This record gives sequence, structure tokens and C-alpha cells, in this order.
Amino acid sequence: MAQSVFAPWEDSQQKPLIEFVNVTKRFGDFTAIDNLSQKIFEREFFALLGPSGCGKTTMMRMLGGFETPTEGKILLAGQDIGNVPPNKRAVNMMFQSYALFPHLSVWENIAFGLKREGQPKDQIAARVDEMLRLTRLEKFARRKPHQISGGQRQRVALARSLAKAPKLLLLDEPLGALDKKLRHETQFELMDIQESTGTTFVIVTHDQEEAMTVASRVAVMDHGKIVQVSTPDVIYEAPNSVYVADFIGDVNLIEGNATKAESGVQITWGENTAPLVSTNSDQALAGKRVVLALRPEKVSISVERPDAPNVLRGKVIDIAYLGNLSTYHVQLETGTMVKAQIANTRRVSRRQITWEDSVWLSFSATAAVVLEGGI
Amino acid sequence: MRRFSWFNATSLTLGFAFLYLPMIILVVYSFNASRLVTVWAGFSTKWYGELFQNKDFLNAAWVTIKVAFFASTFATVLGTMAAYVLVRAGRFPGRTLFSGMIYAPLVMPEVITGLSLLLLFIGIGLDRGIVTVILAHTTFAMCYVSVVVSSRLVSFDQSLEEAALDLGCTPFEAFRLVTLPIIAPAVISGWLLAFTLSLDDLVIASFTTGPGATTLPIKVFSAVRLGVSPEINALSTIMIGIVTFGVITASLISKHTAVKQAREERAAERSA
Repeated sequence: MAQSVFAPWEDSQQKPLIEFVNVTKRFGDFTAIDNLSQKIFEREFFALLGPSGCGKTTMMRMLGGFETPTEGKILLAGQDIGNVPPNKRAVNMMFQSYALFPHLSVWENIAFGLKREGQPKDQIAARVDEMLRLTRLEKFARRKPHQISGGQRQRVALARSLAKAPKLLLLDEPLGALDKKLRHETQFELMDIQESTGTTFVIVTHDQEEAMTVASRVAVMDHGKIVQVSTPDVIYEAPNSVYVADFIGDVNLIEGNATKAESGVQITWGENTAPLVSTNSDQALAGKRVVLALRPEKVSISVERPDAPNVLRGKVIDIAYLGNLSTYHVQLETGTMVKAQIANTRRVSRRQITWEDSVWLSFSATAAVVLEGGI
Repeated sequence: MRRFSWFNATSLTLGFAFLYLPMIILVVYSFNASRLVTVWAGFSTKWYGELFQNKDFLNAAWVTIKVAFFASTFATVLGTMAAYVLVRAGRFPGRTLFSGMIYAPLVMPEVITGLSLLLLFIGIGLDRGIVTVILAHTTFAMCYVSVVVSSRLVSFDQSLEEAALDLGCTPFEAFRLVTLPIIAPAVISGWLLAFTLSLDDLVIASFTTGPGATTLPIKVFSAVRLGVSPEINALSTIMIGIVTFGVITASLISKHTAVKQAREERAAERSA
């Protein structure tokens, strides 16, 4: 039996946990958030992704109560929380620097928020122990933050922000300070904890791989606006703009003019080049300036001319060997660089293609996405 | 490695001699049996005994300690508040002027500070005595406290306070439970600095003091005008002793904690 897919955003009956209604935030002359509306649903793992200065941190700080919107409303479970101070919100935040209290032990750090609520002592102790178990920190309860490692500190920060069982947990670049291997492990831990506690998570990150791994939906931001919100696979395979295609992952961008084809469109580009075909594109694009966005792993490389709808000829300039993958940088006759990525499925293989070789690149008629606009 | 040379040795000796010879002479002569300060007549501790019989000196010492305690405490409260506002309140109209005015007394000649305070106390009809000395010392010591505390607050991670608010603290609770414990070492050293500044202040105290509130520096200064007595040497030796002890203890404590913290951090990274 197939599991039902978690997609509350597709159900118009669902009430959102958080709703931004035409929110604008200005700092002096600078507009950090520009008339933004967005719904976030209960139990979602929602990622805000974008380059620094795109407004993602401001959005999170408004949810936490550290900034108030200049215009518009932020609703939490239907209530306007725009002017509610942070200590009166059922929202907790995990800070980028972790912000652990250095003068308190791990145990006291986790108990801090519970003590503020004035809960009875035995309840606090039970809750703190539960959090320690959840984050596997039992052994370190009596240590001070400077006596534990970076990864442990990160888990203390998570435990502390989860201890009060908030409706919404905000995570500000939570894994930024960890090394790559630990970051990957922790991403899966985060997902497990999010699922087992049923808390809604909103994560801010500039690391697109991290956003794709953990999130149920990713919002790609640019200049105070959300450019696209969707599930990670849609963001990757069907970006709605050149900006998103370029920001997420590696991509080849080829600019040209679209004309109507038998099915989909074809793109004329460069001089003395055959048009590229894209059968799955909207014919409404015909007659417009477009960009063809093509992921490197969807491009095949070969010595002999292959029989494919789209074929390009070029010369290998660079080979980046990444272990599991190799990326070939191929310069076409027009001067355009195209990247092709091949999985290294065999441990020892004869290297057929090397630097300066003339090669053929090919991709299918449905491999690329055609987007309106220029590069 | 730097080689030993006669030039280095000589300059080192001269430098230290310049700094410490006067004090060494003072300490040596405090153990002089003779009343004549410049004639050595054998070792004796009798001047220490006489010092502790001298009611005037003991009274002055007690007044000085009271003044220093209250003045440094008030200065610490006011100075910490000022530092907090200057570092945290961000940009507000007149911020530069305000911070400049906090630090101006650091470079203001003491004579002017003393004189203006005297005029103020006369103007508002406040009788001069121990209260006016405490007020005057609070005024000039708070800017020192403010400098010490604000240098600590600048490096203080502001997200710690935000975290406290986020976990349900009111802004005052966040200050009391998080900020204050963390900046406590700076507040304490600010207090100690204010205390020592108040202990050895002569100029401002003599402007603002009144009958019955003679501090030790005033007492010593007026006694020396009638001639240096071995008792004063003994008193000064005790003060040098107290200051030396304080400085050495403070530096040992801070070195010990720094070493301990570094060792624990290394251990934590290893065990990870």
C-alpha cells in the first residue's frame, strides 16, 4: 500500500499555521521584504533558500519576533503576531551561533525556557531528560558548553529550542558551523526529530543541498521576494525562472529564440548551429527570447556522433574528477561552455575521453527546460 | 634566541631602577629604627606599631574605605548602565555626543572636576562631608567603569540575549539571568578599578571634603607637609603590599581560568 503523500499546500481546505499577508519590511531606504505573501502549514519542513541579503533571515526574525513588519500582517494559527514580543510567542528559534549560555550547564541550558514558564521542578526534570535522550546528550548533561564539541553544541541548541514544545521552530543556518560529514548526518537527525515531534520547522539556509535534503518545500528568495516555492524535485527539474535554475545546482544555460515545432518548441541559437528541440515546452513561448536550461547529468558525452534529437560538437577543456562523478567542460564551436556529468560506475575504466579531444554531446528532447528571458 | 648582551642588561636594570628604586627606598626606611628619615639606625618594626596606635590615621583609613566602597558601587551601577545603553541602543539622536560626554571626564584635569563639583555642592547647599566625597568619586569613577564594561559588551554575542527573550524572558530577566552573569568579570574589574581610583584620589577629595571626612591621601599629604615621618613610610609600605597582593591574585586567577578553559575545549574536541 502506498503511503499518502504529505502535501497540505495542495489542499485548499487546509488552514495554514503561518500566513504572511502582504508583508513589507524596510530598514531605512532598504527594502528587505517586498510585499510578500506565503502560507506555511503544520508539520511542514519549510526551507528559505537564497543568497545573503535576499531577505530570508529577516523573514525568520519576523517570525521570531525580533523584527516587526513595516506593512502587512503575519498570522500564526489565525492570530496576528506582528507586534507580539518574542517572549510571548509559541515560537522558538535555534540560532546560527547556537547562543548557548556559557555560564550554564547543558542541562540548565535546556531547562532555561521551562523554568521561565514556572513549571514544577519534577516536570522540568522529566522534560529535560526526554530532550537529552532525543538528542543523545545524556552523558553531557553536567558539562558546560565550552566542554563539548561543535556537533554536541548544535544538538544542545536544538534540544533547548524544542524543550518548550513550540508550535513552530525556526532554524537559522543550523548546520553552518559543522564540517561536511557531520552536517550530512545531522541533516538526517533533524528530519527524524522533526517527524517524531511533529513540530513545524522553518529553516534558513544558503546551502541548496541542505535545503533540498531536509525540506518538504523550498522557497527560493531573491531581493525580498519569493521567486518559487515548491517541493525540492520540482525546484530542481522544473524551475520557473532562469534565476532559480541557475541558483539550484549546476546548469548549462543556452540563450536563443523559440519557434513553434510539431510538439513543443525549437530554439535557434548561435551561427551555423542546428536548432535545439524541446518537446515538453509550452508552445506559448514561440516567438520569444528564451533560455534553455540543461542539467549536466542529462548530457551524454561520446566520441562517435550519436543518434539523438539534440547533438552538439565541441572540445574537452577541463575534466573535474569528483570520485563518484566526473564533469567534462566542453567548449562548443560557438565558444559556449557546456558541462556534461558522467557517473563513474566502474572502479577501473579505460579513459576514453581526455583533454583536447573532440567530442559529441547529446541530450533528449525532454531533458531541458525552456524558460522565458535572458541570461 | 636573543643573545644576552651588556647593553640589554644595562637598559633593563636602569628601567627597573627608575620605576622601583623610590619605592624600595621607602620600604627600607619604613623599617628604620631612627626617627630621622635619612639616617639608617638599624632594623625595627616600631613604626608599624605606632601607626596602629595613631587614631587620626586609623580614622582616615576607615573613611577612605567607606568612601571607596560606596563610590565604586554606585559608579559600577551607573557605569554599567551607561555602557549597556551605548553599546546596545544602536543609533539614536545624540549618541555620539552622549558617548563623548561619558568619556570626557577621563581626560578632564582633576582640578577642574574637583572645582566644578565644589561649586555645585555649594550652589545646591549640600554640606561638605563624606556624602559629597562619595558623590564626587562616583562621578569620576563611573566613566572608567563604563569603558571597561563596554569593551566587554562589544564582544558579547547579542544573540544570547535574543535567545533568552525567545525562551520566555522579559528584557530585564534576560539582562539579569544571561547578560549580567556573563559580563560579571568585567563588572567586577570595573568595580576594583573604581575602588582603587577612589582609594588614592587626593585632588578631587580635597576639593569636596568637609570636616570629619578626611581621607587617607589627604591625611598623608598634610602630614608630609610637616615633614616625612617613618610612620608614613610604614603606612605606604602596607598600601604597596595590599596593591601588589591584589594585582598578583587577580592575574593568577584570570590566567588559571584561561588555561583551564583552553584545556577543556581541547579535551571536548578530542572526545567528539
